Amino acid sequence: MYDFAYQKPASVADAVKLLSEDPEAKALAGGQTFIPVLKQRLAKPSTIVDLGKLDLRGITIGADTVTIGAMTTHAAVASSKELKAKIPGLQELASWIGDEAVRHRGTMGGSLANNDPAACYPSAALAMDATIKTDRREIKADDFFQGMFTTALEPGEIITSVTFKVPQKSAYEKFRNPASRYAIVGVFVAQHANGVRLAITGAGQGGVFRHTAFEQALSANFSPDAIAGIATPPDDLNGDIHASAEYRAHLINVVARRAVAKAR
Amino acid sequence: MGFEGIGASVRRKEDARFLSGRGHYTDDINRPGQLYAFIKRSDRPHARIASLQTAQAAAAPGVVAVFTGADMAADNVGGLPCGWQIHSKDGSPMAEPPHPVLAIGKVRHVGDPVAVVIAESRQAAKDAAELLEIEYDDLPAVATTLDALEPGAPTVHDEVAGNVCYDWHIGDKAMVDAAFARAAKVVKLELTNNRLVPNAMEPRAALGDFDTSSGDFTLYTTSQNPHVIRLLMGAFVLHIPENKLRVVAPDVGGGFGSKIYHYAEEAIVTWAAGKLRRPVKWTAERNESFMSDAHGRDHVSTAEMALDADGTFLALRVATIANMGAYLSTFAPCVPTYLYATLLAGVYKTPAIYAEVKAVFTNTVPVDAYRGAGRPEATYLLERLVDVIAHDTGMDRVEIRRKNFIPADAFPYQTPVALQYDSGNHEMTLKAALEAADFAGFEARRSAARAKGKLRGIGISTYLEACGIAPSAVVGSLGARAGLYEVANVKVHPTGSITVYTGTHSHGQGHETTFAQLISDQMGVPIDQIEVVHGDTSKIPFGMGTYGSRSLAVGGSAMVKAMDKIIAKGKKIAAHLMEAAVEDIEFDKGTFKVAGTDKSKTLTDISLAAYVPHNYPIEELEPGLDETAFYDPKNFTFPGGCHVCELEIDQETGVVELVNFVAVDDVGRVINPMIVEGQVQGGVAQGVGQALLESAIYDSNGQLLSGSFMDYTMPRANDLVNISVGTEITLCTHNPLGVKGCGEVGAIGSPPAVINAVVDALKEYGIRHLDMPATGAKLWQILQANRPKMAAE
Ligand SMILES: Cc1cc2nc3c(=O)[nH]c(=O)nc-3n(C[C@H](O)[C@H](O)[C@H](O)COP(=O)(O)OP(=O)(O)OC[C@H]3O[C@@H](n4cnc5c(N)ncnc54)[C@H](O)[C@@H]3O)c2cc1C
Repeated sequence: MYDFAYQKPASVADAVKLLSEDPEAKALAGGQTFIPVLKQRLAKPSTIVDLGKLDLRGITIGADTVTIGAMTTHAAVASSKELKAKIPGLQELASWIGDEAVRHRGTMGGSLANNDPAACYPSAALAMDATIKTDRREIKADDFFQGMFTTALEPGEIITSVTFKVPQKSAYEKFRNPASRYAIVGVFVAQHANGVRLAITGAGQGGVFRHTAFEQALSANFSPDAIAGIATPPDDLNGDIHASAEYRAHLINVVARRAVAKAR
Repeated sequence: MGFEGIGASVRRKEDARFLSGRGHYTDDINRPGQLYAFIKRSDRPHARIASLQTAQAAAAPGVVAVFTGADMAADNVGGLPCGWQIHSKDGSPMAEPPHPVLAIGKVRHVGDPVAVVIAESRQAAKDAAELLEIEYDDLPAVATTLDALEPGAPTVHDEVAGNVCYDWHIGDKAMVDAAFARAAKVVKLELTNNRLVPNAMEPRAALGDFDTSSGDFTLYTTSQNPHVIRLLMGAFVLHIPENKLRVVAPDVGGGFGSKIYHYAEEAIVTWAAGKLRRPVKWTAERNESFMSDAHGRDHVSTAEMALDADGTFLALRVATIANMGAYLSTFAPCVPTYLYATLLAGVYKTPAIYAEVKAVFTNTVPVDAYRGAGRPEATYLLERLVDVIAHDTGMDRVEIRRKNFIPADAFPYQTPVALQYDSGNHEMTLKAALEAADFAGFEARRSAARAKGKLRGIGISTYLEACGIAPSAVVGSLGARAGLYEVANVKVHPTGSITVYTGTHSHGQGHETTFAQLISDQMGVPIDQIEVVHGDTSKIPFGMGTYGSRSLAVGGSAMVKAMDKIIAKGKKIAAHLMEAAVEDIEFDKGTFKVAGTDKSKTLTDISLAAYVPHNYPIEELEPGLDETAFYDPKNFTFPGGCHVCELEIDQETGVVELVNFVAVDDVGRVINPMIVEGQVQGGVAQGVGQALLESAIYDSNGQLLSGSFMDYTMPRANDLVNISVGTEITLCTHNPLGVKGCGEVGAIGSPPAVINAVVDALKEYGIRHLDMPATGAKLWQILQANRPKMAAE
């Protein structure tokens, strides 16, 4: 790590001020991505603005929506019985992120802001037509993710909460990278009254994406068989030492069918 | 106190401190005025150092010194020595290019140390290292074992043409050729043994200290063998006489071989402490471990078996290319030769064997012994070959093994590749393992799995390995530059408690318990009154450390010898005290008795008399009850056994899931069954890691692609199943305890069992062989490329 100054503001306004005044300042949430980056000296922020004191934690269950504070940890999401009853897929997704230690530090806001192409939450946000609330505006998930590690957030903009539309049925299924346990292919499927939304993480060169061919087929017939014959072209998919683009293309179908089969 | 002697599953004495965070590791040690070293490493696989400017870094805040290879050379610092010399077929000694502590002129692998920055804090050292100005002229690199031998391949060392370190052989070529000429069938297999990164839980660390008053050096280091480090570093690298150099290896968090070797950082901190007259500490970060701890395995082999018509093995021919990496690590040359090719008989009575081994240099991290060291490579080759023979001939894989086993009544058995096995019973371990795994009932489980879309397979391996390294004269004649005896000093204190000083080293194996049980069993002293001391050259006698499952077989034998001396002396003291003849004194579990009487003295009576010799045979006997014994083994020991793996492959994803693993091992006499079970389970976990998950992958330019835990797949608990461990015993015939060793059997026996099971699961697909690791991605590709034979009509 390089030396940096450390601030822990008590209000969102103060945090935004600190971040806006200094383009080299950076927000810190759970640190599960950011601290490894600092340790490897891949970033050299002037000031770290710790969001830990902001009142951005908690899960609010509404009739048609669930709102989760940006600083809510994965462990809190994974252990919420109310959430499990309302959106089982989201609870399950959180329970599979990293390990116990990661889940007790890592946050919803941090995961979405980071938009790692192998992270899990972005697929849930897209599939549940989420609205990402920041200190200054609301951003639809469809507009939020803009490619690997890239989002619609402006410099200094802080996510405060995320509101998911509660689907009738949902599931998350993850084919894990054997080493890192991030997603090689993660599929979040959500059946809404007005159709199915299905998002894929881990596989796309441009990060998380919605699989429209699957969505159409599943909207007509919500069953694994409906998508069994739909191939995904490997052209825009990632290939690495763990999985070729062709393997990922194949896994997208397998994992999506398994997600649909267990959706509830 | 319950029974604590030989055979008791006593809880490990050391675990209370390890599990409660009170272990005392190298990085926990801090000395007043301590400085911190940061090693600047090459990010180039192969390059000439065109220029290296240190002035800016040296002037940075907090920096005390910056040193380069040139500074060390100017101070007459030697290169890192190699502890074993192999001679090629033609009698010429192996190529032994210099291994400078800090690079001189050239860097040869990513991670090669180039300079050291020493500062008041880690942070300052690291900051300053960014100010080093290094200009490299990149050279083409050679990364893989096979590429090293390509005509026109880049040469790693200018003086080693063709990158060949040695071209060695063993066995009777003419006899093997003749057997192949008359064979009814020849089965050939090409296979690789994948390269692994050891990944001990505790990263390496070293702290050099210099006493300005006495002029003594102390090195605290993460080592499996502090005396070996003192000898190598003192005599060859830094030229510090032994009386002025102390090496301490305190608690060490795992080694698996990777902490045997003398590493550059140990020499750097010790030398720098002397130069700067202040302590200097270095602790590896995990990414440094990946690029500087010696890697393991990395063989490419061709194996051929000549068979007669009924499947009897007539002769085995093996050609192996072994990757040494960029430099020779301390024991690297012996691993693919005397720890590998001598094991190629395995459990079989193959009458003729010939093996050729070429060791090559590449632009990769040095490769050396890793849990099993050579024997996993031999076992994998042989046990895969036997399954392929079964596949090609249609013979049953169990029957073909049985047919070729060395029968239990044939021991001692002389193999055609130098070793003489003293004992074993391979039918016994096979039978027990097949029963425990319900091998006979497997086909029903295969059918049931198929109904769920899973391909189920079962695999066995019947293995043998050599440990308890080793008779000094024998290894000396084979090129070892060290003796391999062990030593123990047993001190019975005045009030009867005991401290034993051993030359072996425990880095997780539980020696503090096992050795205490051994002493307790003989001396009748409860284990909490027995202290096992290891790891500090200023306390322990000159011993060789721990590797090759030698600690009990060799170090334990030295303890038995030392205790024999204690008992013999105790009898003389007892005879004096009880006014009896020495011949009439019997010793049993802490009591000296006059035979046929009710007169007796306790060990405490005797020890008190020995140290307070008021009533003592002082004319004939020195006071004290303190004996040292050296034990040089008569032979290797030969653990063996049978491992059975059952698994399922998800047809859609290719992912393997273990469903059962049974190990039945003959490790000789068992001192602590619980510790043996843990050692075998840990070894199997590593073997499963090699077979299914782990692989150190270099790209063709010499960059390590799997250079962190994000990309290097370590086995986790949920990759495993319950590993059922059984022991079936034959005693070692040549050491006093009858023990063989259990530290490596798990990692040796398991990889072929796993791959044999994978291949068995793919039976219908006509797969004959696949290389480790059997990842989901690899199996999916195989499933794609091959159709089930039945379905294809
Ligand atoms: C071993 C390990 C395994 C993991 N496995 C998985 C996995 O399987 N699946 C998965 O999805 N993730 C995984 N993660 C990542 C984990 O989920 C992280 O928690 C997440 O990526 C980042 O969240 P954080 O709260 O730790 O954010 P930080 O690391 O603190 O921050 C990440 C980035 O987001 C920015 N940021 C944080 N909060 C906000 C906010 N409220 N508004 C604006 N910007 C913000 C920061 O400035 C920084 O740039 C793993 C991490 C580790 C260490």
